[in-house]
Amino acid sequence: MNGGALTALIFLPLIGAIFILMQSEERAIWNSAFIFSLLPLALSFYVLFEFNPQSGDYQFVEQYDWIPQFGITYHIGIDGISLFLVLLTTILITLSILYSGGGDIEERPREFCFFMLVLETGLLGALLSVDLFLFYMFWEIMLIPMYFLIGIWGHGRKIYAAIKFVLFTMVGSLLMLVAILYLVYQAHVHFNRTSFDLPLLYQVPLTPTQARWLFAAFALAFAIKVPMWPVHTWLPDAHTNAPTAGSVILAGVMLKMGTYGFLRFAIPLFPAVAVEAIPLFMALAVIGIIYGALVAMMQSDLKRLVAYSSVSHLGFVMLGIFALNPQGIDGAIYQMLNHGVSTGGLFLLVGMLYVRRHTHEISEFGGLWKRVPVYAAIFMAVMLSSIGLPGLNGFVGEFLIMLGGFLRLRLAVVIAVFGVILEALYMLWTYERVWFGPITKAINETMRDLTGREIAVMVPVLALMLLMGLFPRPLISRMEPSVTAMLARGNFAQAHLETEHQPNRLAALVPASTHEPEIAAAAR
Amino acid sequence: MTPFNLAAINFVWLPILPMVIVAVGAIVVLLAGVHVDDSESEGLGLVALASLGVAFVFALGILGQNGVAFAGAISIDSFAGFFELVILIAAMFTVMMSLDYAADNNISGAEYYSLLLFSTVGMMLMATAGDLIVIFLGLETMSIPVYVLAGIMRRNAKSNEAAIKYFLLGAFSTGFLLYGIALVYGATGTIKLGPIHDAIASGAMGANPLLLLGIGLMLIGFGFKVAAVPFHMWTPDVYEGAPTPVTAFMAVGVKLAAFAAFVRVFLVDFPSIGAHWQTVLWVVAALTMTGGNLIAAVQTNIKRMLAYSAIAHAGYLLLGMAAGVQSGPAILYYLLGYAFTNLGAFGVVIALERRGEVGNQISDFRGLAARQPLLAGAMAIFLLSLAGIPPLAGFVGKFYIFSEALRQGYVGLVIIAVLNSVVSAYYYYYVLVAMYMQEGGSEVKRLSNRPALVAAIGLAAIATILIGIYPQPYMASAANAFHSASGAEGIHAVAGAFDP
Repeated sequence: MNGGALTALIFLPLIGAIFILMQSEERAIWNSAFIFSLLPLALSFYVLFEFNPQSGDYQFVEQYDWIPQFGITYHIGIDGISLFLVLLTTILITLSILYSGGGDIEERPREFCFFMLVLETGLLGALLSVDLFLFYMFWEIMLIPMYFLIGIWGHGRKIYAAIKFVLFTMVGSLLMLVAILYLVYQAHVHFNRTSFDLPLLYQVPLTPTQARWLFAAFALAFAIKVPMWPVHTWLPDAHTNAPTAGSVILAGVMLKMGTYGFLRFAIPLFPAVAVEAIPLFMALAVIGIIYGALVAMMQSDLKRLVAYSSVSHLGFVMLGIFALNPQGIDGAIYQMLNHGVSTGGLFLLVGMLYVRRHTHEISEFGGLWKRVPVYAAIFMAVMLSSIGLPGLNGFVGEFLIMLGGFLRLRLAVVIAVFGVILEALYMLWTYERVWFGPITKAINETMRDLTGREIAVMVPVLALMLLMGLFPRPLISRMEPSVTAMLARGNFAQAHLETEHQPNRLAALVPASTHEPEIAAAAR
Repeated sequence: MTPFNLAAINFVWLPILPMVIVAVGAIVVLLAGVHVDDSESEGLGLVALASLGVAFVFALGILGQNGVAFAGAISIDSFAGFFELVILIAAMFTVMMSLDYAADNNISGAEYYSLLLFSTVGMMLMATAGDLIVIFLGLETMSIPVYVLAGIMRRNAKSNEAAIKYFLLGAFSTGFLLYGIALVYGATGTIKLGPIHDAIASGAMGANPLLLLGIGLMLIGFGFKVAAVPFHMWTPDVYEGAPTPVTAFMAVGVKLAAFAAFVRVFLVDFPSIGAHWQTVLWVVAALTMTGGNLIAAVQTNIKRMLAYSAIAHAGYLLLGMAAGVQSGPAILYYLLGYAFTNLGAFGVVIALERRGEVGNQISDFRGLAARQPLLAGAMAIFLLSLAGIPPLAGFVGKFYIFSEALRQGYVGLVIIAVLNSVVSAYYYYYVLVAMYMQEGGSEVKRLSNRPALVAAIGLAAIATILIGIYPQPYMASAANAFHSASGAEGIHAVAGAFDP
C-alpha cells in the first residue's frame, strides 16, 4: 500500500535539482524549478488525504537494508508530528521559488534553484527518517545548500554569516553524532544487535549518567538549531544577511528541525532526563521569549527585528514542548506551523520591501500606507497573526502552549505572557513607523504596490493563517494520537502529578510502567 | 621438484606478478625514453598506465587468497590484495594527472614515469610484506624514487628544497625504523611477522624493554612516513615544493603503503602488548588531529592546506589504530575513501595550475564556480568529503572509525576528533567561499585539451560519492582484507617452522 510515496516525496526535488542543472535558459530554469516544487507539494497533499488520523504510528512506512554491517536501514515513515511539518516545507519551498523568480534573485538562478530543491530533499528527508543514521545524514545535508544560499545570494556580511551558521550547527550535530554512536553501541550491548532504528533505540536501558550525557549532546544540537538562548547568536546574522527565500526556509522550516528533534529524539529517547530538565529548559525558553522580544524592540533593521522575534516565538514552542503534556505539545507543534506561516510571510513581505528600496532600515520608510495600500493591509494581517490575534492562527498555538505550561509550571507561563505583550508592542510600533505617518523620504513617493506575482505568493499565506485560526481541530486531531504515543514513552503524566505538589527529581528515575497510555489519557 | 614444474613456478611467481609487471613497465619506460623527446612524453605515460592496468587485473587475483610465498617473506592475502589494488589506483590516477603536467613543465617523461612505477613497486612490496626486512626493502624502494620525484623540477628552488628536506628527514626516519626492527629481532629472535606475534603473544617475554624500545622506534619510523605530529615537520614544505602530481602521489600512495605496513605490524603482530603502545598512539593521534587542523586553518596556499589536512586525516586514522584491532577494517575503509577524495582534490589543484606557480593560492580559486562549474562542483564534493559531510566517503569513513573507537571506550578521543572536524570544516568551507562566493582568481587552461586529467577528477568524484552512498561492498572487502591478515598467524607460524 502506498509504497514509495514518501521516497518519491524526498527525492523528487533532488531529481528536479539535477534536471535544472541541465537547463540554461533563465525562464526555463524558474519554470522547471516551480514545477518540481509543485510535484512534492501535490504528493504531500496526497499523503495528507490518505493519512489515517486515528493512528499514532508511523504510516507510509518503507524499510530497506542499506548498510547491513551497521544495521542501518533506509527506514522512513510519517506520523502526526511530522505530517504538517512536511506540508509546511513543501508549501514554503514552492512559495519561495515562486517569489524568488519574480526579480528577487537575478544572479545565477540555476544554482539558486538547484540549492533550493536540494534543501527541500534534506528537510523532507530529516522529517521522514525513522533511522537515526538516515536522519543524521539528511540533517547534515540540509546545511550545505543553506550555506550556499546565504553565502552567494545574501547581503552584507554574508560570508561571515554563512560560516558562522555552519560552524555553530556543526558543533552541535557532531557531538550528537557521538551520542548516536554511543547509544547504538549500548543497544548492541543490551540487545546484541547493531541497529540505528528509532523504535529499537527507544527501548535501550541506560544508566542515569549515560542518559544525562546523551541527552545533553542531543539537546545541544537541537537547541542550537531552534535556537534557544544563549546559543542563538548565529540566527540574527544568518537571517539578516540571507536572501529572502533563505530566510523564509530558515525561519519557516529549518528552525523547526530543532524543536522537531526534541519531540522525536531527545525527549522520547531519554524521557527520564527530559523530566529532570524541565526547569532548565522552561527557564531557557522563558529567557528566550523575553530576551528575544526586548532585543527585537530595539532593532532598527526590519529583518533583524523579525529574526529576534523568531527567538521569542521559538521560546514559546520550547515552553510547550517541555510542558510534556498533550496540550503543551499539541500547542507547540501548532505553533511551529504558525511560526512557519507567519514569520515566513513576514520575511517575504520584508523581502518585497528590499526589492523596492534595497534596505531593511526602518527609518528609511514611513507613511507607505498611502502609496501601497494592498501591501500595507497584507502586512498588517500577517503581523497580527504573528502577534497571536484571536481568529488567526497564532492565537491557537499560544493558547494551547500557555494551557500546557500552566499545568506544568505556572511561574514560567506568568512570565512568558509578558512576551506576548512585548511582542504586540514592538510589532505595532514597527508597523506605525513603517506604514503610518507622513512620507519622510521622497523616494518612497513612487513605490509601487504589490505585483500580481507577489499577491499570488501572499494569498496562500493569508489563507493558511485564516484556516488554521478558525479550524484548528482537523490539524490537532491528526497530531494527537502521535503525541499521545510519544508521551506514553515516558512517565510524564506521573511526573506531572508529582511536580504539581513538590518538584521531585526521583520521579524521573521511576521505571516506565505499562499503564502510561491510560495515565496520559487520564491526564487530559 | 623439477625445474619444469609449471605449478611450482606459478606458485612462486604468481603472488608477486603484479609487482613484476609494474617493475617491467618501469624498465620499458626507462629504455624507451632514450628514443623519445621530452616534449612527447605522453606516450611513455600511456605505457606506464598500461602496465599499472595489467598489474591491477592480476592483483585482483590476490583477493581471497590466504598464503605466503618466498618462505614467508611475502604474504599473499586479501589484505595485500586490498592495498595493492588501492595503491595501483593511486598510481594510475597520478599518471593520468601527470600526462599534461609533465609536458607543460618540461619534466623528462622517461625518468618521471619510471621513478613513479618503481616507487609503486616499493609500495606494493610494503603492502605484501611478510617480514620486517621486506617492509624495510619496500620502504626504501618506495622512498628513494619519491625523493627524486620531489626534486624533479631541477630549476625550481622550491622543488629542490622539497627534495633535500624529504631526503634528509626520510633517511633519518628510515634509520629509526631499521633500528627498531633490529631491536625487535633481538628481543624475539625472528623477523617474520607471524612468529613475532607468537613470541609476544606467548607471554614469555612480558614487557621486555628491548622489545618495547624496538616498538617505540618503529612507531617513530612509521610516524614520519604517515606524517604524524610531532614527526610531521617535513610535510608542508615537501608537499608545497614537489610537483603537484607527485604531491598527490605522496599524500595518497606513500600514506597508503605506510599505513599498510603500520597496520599489519602493529594491529596484527603487536596487539597482545597493545597497552604499551596504544596509550602512546592516543596522545599522538590527538596531537596529530589537532595540530594538523589548527595549522591548516591559517594556510593561504592550497597545497600547504591539503598537506596539513592530510596530517589531520592521519590523526583520524591513528585514532583507529589507538583503539586497537577492532577498528582495523574501519582504517582500511577510511583509507579507500581518503585515497579517492585526496587524489581528486589534488587533481583540481593541477587543473588550476599553469606554468610556474599560479593556481596554488586559495585566492586563485575565486570565482571558479562561475568559470568552471563542473570543476568547482567536483572540488566541492572532495572538500565536503574531507570535511566529513554525509553521504560522502569521508563521512562514512569517519563514522566507521569513530563508532569502532567508541565501542572500545575511547569517548574522549572521539570527542577531540569531532571537535577537530568542526575546525576542519572552517578551512574546507573557506575554499568553497572562494569558489562560489567571491570573484576574481586566475584563468584555467582549457580542460578539453586534458582528457586524462578530467577523467581522473571525474572518476574520483564518482568514487567519492559511490563509496559513501553504497558503502556495503567496500566495508565488506575492507573487513575481509583485515581479517585475512589478522587471522593468518597460523599460516605464518607454519611457514616459520620451515625457516632455516
